[in-house]
Amino acid sequence: MNTPTAGPGNWNDRLKKNSIRLGYWTAAWVGTLAIAAFGPKFIWDYNHYISVLALIVNLAMGAGWILANKQNLRDMDGLQQKIQLEATALALGVGIVAGLSYELLEDVHLIGFQPEISHLVIVMSLSYAIGLFTGNRRYQ
Amino acid sequence: MKNRLKVLRAERDWTQAQLADALEVSRQTINAIETGKFDPSLPLAFKVSRLFSLAIEAIFEDDESE
Repeated sequence: MNTPTAGPGNWNDRLKKNSIRLGYWTAAWVGTLAIAAFGPKFIWDYNHYISVLALIVNLAMGAGWILANKQNLRDMDGLQQKIQLEATALALGVGIVAGLSYELLEDVHLIGFQPEISHLVIVMSLSYAIGLFTGNRRYQ
Repeated sequence: MKNRLKVLRAERDWTQAQLADALEVSRQTINAIETGKFDPSLPLAFKVSRLFSLAIEAIFEDDESE
């Protein structure tokens, strides 16, 4: 069998490295977010300087995560980018619509508690996961 | 858009995975192109054309041209 020559760029290896790098940045961002959130109470007794430093480090990790995600998307092939685009569009749309409705529920006193941003993040994450699942199924 | 990718691949006895590696795309993408679920970008169509040493028109056919 005359096999075709694999592409010169080791595309699969590059994609794997991007995924691993994105995983590290995600872990770093989540870790520093947890430190910035719980550190003031449990570690440094609300020292303002350390809290500001923890926030700056968290923002830096967030910026790294965004860049790693961008690189990961850029190296994907056209179909993978399309699936990601559709999933992201779903998550963004659901986030805006559900987020504003959720806020409105509190404004018109239909719920008795303060809406939390974390609830919105959960809804957007679930929407993104559903978008990825349906996209991958559609193009199977 | 119709295409002859599956036929050309079969003629050479290549697997979807081998073709995907050669074109630097996922196997899922090759399958989606072969089944007509996804149209390749112009750069990818040129890559396919170079790999099979055929003109793009000999591989891909626009539905509206019929």
